[in-house]
Amino acid sequence: MAAVQDGPMELDAEKETKPEILSDGTSNLSGNTASGTLSSSPLTAAPAGGAPKMEDQQTLIAVLQFLKRNKLSESVEILRREAGLGEHQEDSQATDGSGGGKGDGDGGDANSLLSRVFITSAAAPQSMLVKKDQPDVSVVLSAYSQQGDPPLYQVYYSGLKNFIESVLDCHRAELSQLFYPLFVHMYLELVYNNHETKAKAFFDKFSGDQECYYQDDLRILCGLTKKEHLKGNEVLLDFRTSRFVLRISRDSYQLLKRHLQERHNNQIWNIIQEHLYIDIFDGMPRSKSQIDSMSGSLAGEARREVNKAKVFYGLLKEPEIEVPLDDEDDEAENEEGKPKKKKTKKDSLGSKSKKQDPNAPQQNRIPLPELKDSDKLDKIMYMKESTKRIRLGPENLPSICFYTFLNAFQGLTAVDFTDDSSLLAGGFADSTVRVWSVTPKKLRKVKSTAELNVIDKESDDVLERIMDEKTASESKILHGHSGPVYGVSFSPDRNYLLSSSEDGTVRLWSLQTFTCLVGYKGHNYPVWDTQFSPFGYYFVSGGHDRVARLWATDHYQPLRIFAGHLADVTCTQFHPNSNYVATGSTDRTVRLWDVLNGNCVRILTGHKGPIHSLAFSPNGKFLASGSTDGRVLLWDIGHGLMIGELKGHTDTIYALKFSRDGEILASGSMDNTVRLWDSMKAFDEVETDDFTATTGHIHLPDNSQELLLGMYHSKSTPVTHLHFTRRNLLLAAGAYNSQ
Amino acid sequence: CQSIVKMTEREERRFAEVPRESIKLMAESSGVELSEEVAALLAEDVCYRLREATQNSSQFMRHAKRRKLSVEDLNRALRWSNTETICGYGAQDALPFRPLKEGELFFVEDREINLVELALATNIPKGCAETMVRVHVSYLDGKGNLEPQGTVPTAVQSLSEDLLKYYQQITRAILGEDPHLMKVALLDLQSNSKIAALLPYFVYVISGVKSVSHDLDQLNRLLHMVKSLVQNPYLYLGSYVRSLVSSVMYCILEPLAASINPLNDHWTLRDYAALLLSHIFWTHGDLVSGLYHQILLSLQKVLSDPVRPLCSHYGAVVGLHALGWKAVERVLYPHLPAYWANLQAVLDDYSVSNAQVKADGHKVYGAILVAVERLLKMKALSLTLAAEGSGAGLPGTTTGAVGFRENSPGLSPPSEPLSEPPLGIASHLQAGGAGCPWEEWTPVSLPAMYCELYSFFGDSLAVRFSTGPPLGGATPPGPCQPLEGRKEPASSAPNLENTRKMPQLTASMNISPRQDGSPRMEPQPPSLAATETRKTCSVEVPPGPGLGTTDIFPKARFPLPQAGPPAFSFIIGGRQMGRRCQGRRFQTSFTPTPPLTTHPPRAYAHKLPVIGRVSKPVRRWTCSHYSLHLPL
Repeated sequence: MAAVQDGPMELDAEKETKPEILSDGTSNLSGNTASGTLSSSPLTAAPAGGAPKMEDQQTLIAVLQFLKRNKLSESVEILRREAGLGEHQEDSQATDGSGGGKGDGDGGDANSLLSRVFITSAAAPQSMLVKKDQPDVSVVLSAYSQQGDPPLYQVYYSGLKNFIESVLDCHRAELSQLFYPLFVHMYLELVYNNHETKAKAFFDKFSGDQECYYQDDLRILCGLTKKEHLKGNEVLLDFRTSRFVLRISRDSYQLLKRHLQERHNNQIWNIIQEHLYIDIFDGMPRSKSQIDSMSGSLAGEARREVNKAKVFYGLLKEPEIEVPLDDEDDEAENEEGKPKKKKTKKDSLGSKSKKQDPNAPQQNRIPLPELKDSDKLDKIMYMKESTKRIRLGPENLPSICFYTFLNAFQGLTAVDFTDDSSLLAGGFADSTVRVWSVTPKKLRKVKSTAELNVIDKESDDVLERIMDEKTASESKILHGHSGPVYGVSFSPDRNYLLSSSEDGTVRLWSLQTFTCLVGYKGHNYPVWDTQFSPFGYYFVSGGHDRVARLWATDHYQPLRIFAGHLADVTCTQFHPNSNYVATGSTDRTVRLWDVLNGNCVRILTGHKGPIHSLAFSPNGKFLASGSTDGRVLLWDIGHGLMIGELKGHTDTIYALKFSRDGEILASGSMDNTVRLWDSMKAFDEVETDDFTATTGHIHLPDNSQELLLGMYHSKSTPVTHLHFTRRNLLLAAGAYNSQ
Repeated sequence: CQSIVKMTEREERRFAEVPRESIKLMAESSGVELSEEVAALLAEDVCYRLREATQNSSQFMRHAKRRKLSVEDLNRALRWSNTETICGYGAQDALPFRPLKEGELFFVEDREINLVELALATNIPKGCAETMVRVHVSYLDGKGNLEPQGTVPTAVQSLSEDLLKYYQQITRAILGEDPHLMKVALLDLQSNSKIAALLPYFVYVISGVKSVSHDLDQLNRLLHMVKSLVQNPYLYLGSYVRSLVSSVMYCILEPLAASINPLNDHWTLRDYAALLLSHIFWTHGDLVSGLYHQILLSLQKVLSDPVRPLCSHYGAVVGLHALGWKAVERVLYPHLPAYWANLQAVLDDYSVSNAQVKADGHKVYGAILVAVERLLKMKALSLTLAAEGSGAGLPGTTTGAVGFRENSPGLSPPSEPLSEPPLGIASHLQAGGAGCPWEEWTPVSLPAMYCELYSFFGDSLAVRFSTGPPLGGATPPGPCQPLEGRKEPASSAPNLENTRKMPQLTASMNISPRQDGSPRMEPQPPSLAATETRKTCSVEVPPGPGLGTTDIFPKARFPLPQAGPPAFSFIIGGRQMGRRCQGRRFQTSFTPTPPLTTHPPRAYAHKLPVIGRVSKPVRRWTCSHYSLHLPL
C-alpha cells in the first residue's frame, strides 16, 4: 500500500469531536459520535455555509446536550475542555440562544433547526427534564404543537392560493413555489395535532395543485394519517428538520409579505418563518421554466451562498517523472533497435500536462500516494495508448462493445472495468463478486507461502514465478459479503477491488490472491456505492445512513464523513483531481464535498428523482448526473450552475461516462439503450456571463434532440455500466434479461 | 400468515386499503376478538405500515437495478426496520394471485408442501448454467449492427444484404469443385455465431439430398454441411433438427441412384451418414429424443422388408449400430433369425449373375457382425458395471477410455445410461411407439444371446468378440462363463484385433495348418480357402476409385467359398486357429507388415466401418475427431 504522510488528513477517534471540525458548519461528526444511528441526523444536517460566532456556540451546546442525553459523558468532557466552555455557560447560552432565535427576521440563517430545538426546550423546560431519554425527534416535532386553529387551515391555504393566482404573471410563478412546502407543513401540523379527518380533507382538496414532480413525496404523505406515523418516517423527518429553501425576487417577496400582513394571516406567516428559508435576490423575477428546472429536490433549491465557495476544479499537474521516464523508455526502445518515432508526440503531451492550471488545487492539497514503478509503467502505457486514441466527435462516433452477462440468475447489481479495460468485475445480488479477465490473459493467484519460499527470488521473472499457473482461469468468484453487492470499484493499479454491500460493509479484495483483505465497517446500513480515488489509496462510500465516508485503504475508520444529504447517498464519484467527491442522493440533490476539510462546497438541485449515476468530465470542469426520471443534467462545477438538460431516456440512468477527451457523453439506462450526447456542444452553448453566474438563473435551451448523437438499443439488456477504453472504444455492460 | 386482503380502490386516495373486516377476520383466525374501533385503527395502521415497507423496499429494487419488486426486497426493508421478515415467498416465479368468486376476495395460492418429501427428493434439479460474460460488437463506428445480440435466434427474418451474400458464398463453396474452399466454408459454418437467421435456408439446401441421389459427391458435401451446422455451438437447431435428421436418414436408408453403379462407393456415404446420425443424437439429444423411436421404427421397417435392396438393409444395420447397442439389441437382434434366412440365400447363390448382390450381402453380413459384436461387448460391460455396483451410467468416460471413446459414434444416445436396466428402456420405448413389435421384447440373458448369435456367426463372432480393446478394462463377471473363456485370448494378445486386416488373414491362412491342436479344427483345408478367397477378391471386386478398400474388401467374403453351413464351420476353423494359436505366434507372423507397426493398435479400434474397408476413412474419423476431410 502506498504510504501517505501523516498530515492534516489524519483523524483519529479521539480527535473526532474537536471544535475546529464542528465550527465549520457542516458538523463533521463521525464514528462513535454519530454511532451510525439515523437519530443523529438532525444534528448532522445543519446547514452549510458561513455561520456567525453566536451560532457556533449554540451548535456546540446543542451537541453537548445531545451527548449528555446519550450518556456519552466522556465525549462531553473532551468537547467542553476543547471548546473552553464552562458548565454554567452552557445553560446561560441556552436561554440566550432561544432569545436570539425568536428575534430572527426574514429568513436569516441564524434561525437554524437547532435554535428551534431550544425554543421549545425553553418553552417547556420541565418536559425536557422529565423525558431526558426521549429521542430528539419528538422535540423537533413538538414545534408544531404551538400552532393554532386547525379548522381554518383550508381557509388560509385557499386564501393564499387566491392571492397568488391574482398577482401579476411575473410574480405568480415565483410565489407558486410556496404552495408545496406550505401544503406539506400544514398537512403535517394537522396530522400532528390529531385532526385526522381535517388533514384528509385538506390533502384531498389541495394535493392536486402540487407540481407533478412532487408526486413521490405526496404519495408518502397521503399514507400518513396518524401522529404516531410521523415518528418513524424518515422522509418527513427530513422535511421537518431541514428548512425548505425558496428563491424569490425581492419584489415578489415584498408582495407576499404585504399580503400576509394585511390579512393578519399569522398562521401562514409563522410557517414561513419557521420552516421555510426564503433566499431573496434582487432583480427580475424568474420565469416558470427557470424555477422548474432548479426545483424538485426534497428540501427546495440550494441557497446561493452555499455554492459560493471556490472549487479548484482544475487537474493536477502530471508528475514530473513522466518525461524522463518516457525518455528512458525511448532509449530502451532505441537499444532494441527501434526508431525514435513517438518522441515529439510525447513531448507535446508532457508539456501540456506541465502547464499549471490556474483552477487546479495545490499539488499537495491533499496528500497523494507516491507513484510506484509499476504505476509509472502504467502511465507510460497510458500515454502510448492515448496517442492511438480515436478523436471522437459528432461525425465520428465510437464503436460500442456490449459485455453481456449471461445466466446471471442471481441478479447483476454492479459492474466496473479497470481503466485499461483488462478486467471486468460484477457484483451480484447473491452476495458474490465475480472478476473476469476480458483479455486472453487468465487470472492467476499468487502461490501459497510454502511454494513461495521455494522460488528463486533473484530471478528476473520473479513476478511471473510467484503466480500459480494451476489457478489460471477466466474468472474468479469472491465470497465474503452477506448481502447484495451494490457497488464495485477497481483500484487504478488493478491490484485491489472494492465492493460495497447491503450488509453494511465495504470490502477490499486483493486481485493477487483473490481474497478479502479488509472489511470496512462504519455505515451500519446498506452501502449503495463505493469508488476508488483516481490516484488510489483513498476511496469513498455512500449508503442508506445518508452520509458518504472517505476512507484510506490502510485505515479501518473513515477519514471524513460527508453528512448533509437528507436521504440515502446513492452514488459517489471522485473528481479527477481527487480533491473533491460528488455524491448523488435520493433527496434529489447532488453535492460536492471537499476532501480536504469535509465541507460541502456545492449543492446542485434540479433532479426530479433519485440520482443514480454521476460522471466528471475529464477536464474536471463539468459534472453530469443521471436520475430515475431519465434525465441527464450537466453542471458547471466552477459556477455551481446547471448548464444542460438531456432528455430522452425513458427509465433510470444507471451509467454515465465521458469519452477520454470529453467530447462525447454516453449514458446507459434501464430502458435498454445507450445514448451518445454531444457534450462539447452542450458546454459551448452555455451563456456564462456575469449575471447568470452571480444569480445562478440559467436559461436552459431545450435542445436535447440536437445534442443527441445516437441511440443504440441492446437486446433486453439494461445498461449497467459504461466505460471508454483508452482508445475511446465504448464498452457497455449489463445482464441479459430474458423476460 | 398469508393474509386475505380485500382491495378497495377509492378514487380520491388512489391506493389500496385493508378494510377492517379483513383485520377482524384475521384476528378471529388467531382467536382474538376485536372491537370495531380497534379494528379500524389497526386497519389504518396496517395500511400505513404496509405502504411504508413497500416504499422502503423500492430502493432495494432500484439499487438491484430491477424493475420488478421482489419478496426479497420487501424482506430487506422489513429487516432494516427491525421487523420480522416473511419467509417462504422468495421464489423467483410469480405467485398466482387468485380472485374468489363470491365476495371480492383475492388471495395467493398457498399450497402445502411436504417438506420431508422435498428434502428426500432424488430428482435434484441440475445446476444452472455458469454465469458468464460474452462480448459482442454492437455498433461499429456508431453504426448499427443489424444482427440481434446474443445466441437467441430469431424466427426467419428478412435477410440483410451481408447475410444473403454470405449464404450464396457458402453454398457455392460447399457445393462447388474446390475442395479447399469447401473446407474453409464448412469450418466457418461450424463456428460462425451469426448465421442463426440463415439456418432455415441451409436446412432447405440440405433437404435437397433427394434430388441429388445420383451424385455421391454432392450427397457427401451436403452431409458435411449437416455436420457443420450440428457442430456450430451458436446455432440452436430447434425444430430444424427433424429436417436434418430426415436428410441424414435418406442417405442411410434409401437405395440411392448412385448405388446402381457398383463402382460408386455409397457404402462410405451410408457409414458416414450413420456416424452423423449418432453424432446428432449425442450432441442434440434433447432435441431429437422424440425422434428416437420414429427412427427405430423406420429402420426396423426397412430391415424387415425383403424387397428392399441390400444396401438399404446395410443402411438400416449401420443406422441401428449408430443409435447404440440398445437399439441393436431391441431391433436387430430379434430380427436376426428372420433376416438370416434371406441373407443366407443371397450368400449361397454362386451364380455369376448374383455376384454383385452377393458382394452386397457380405457387406450386410459384416455390418451385422460388427453391430452384434458391439452389442455383446456393451452388454457384458453393462453387466459388469451393474455387478460392480458402479451403475451410474458412464458411457464412454470410464476406464478403458481410449478405445471406448473412439467407439463413441456407435454408442447409445446419452439419454440411455449404459447400466439402465432393460426393463426401463422397454417401457421407454413403449411410450414412444404404440404397437411396436419390440413391445413384447423380453431381455435375453447375455449367455443366451451369445449362444444364439454364435449359431449364426460361429467362431467368426468369437474371434471378433475376443478382439478389440477390452471394454471398461474389466473382464466379464463370473456368471458368464462362456464369455470369460472366450475373452481370455484378448487380454493376452491385444493385437489380435489386427486379424481383421486382410493381410493378416492371409497370413493366418498360411499358419493355419499348424493349428493341429485346435479342438475345433474343421476338416476343410484352410489353405484352399485362402487361395479361393484371394481369387474371388481379385476377380470380383474392382478397385474402388480413390479408396483403399479393395484389398480388404474380400475379408468380408472370406467364408464365401464354403457353401452353406459348412462354410461357416470353415470360418470357425480359420478363426479358431487365430484365436487358439496363443496369439503370440499370430502376432509374430504379422509384425513385419509395415502398416501395422507404424500405427498403434488403437487406430483400428473403430469397428463400424470395418466391414469391407478398414483403411483410411476410419482412421481419419477416429483419430482426428471427424475432421472435415473425407476422401471422396
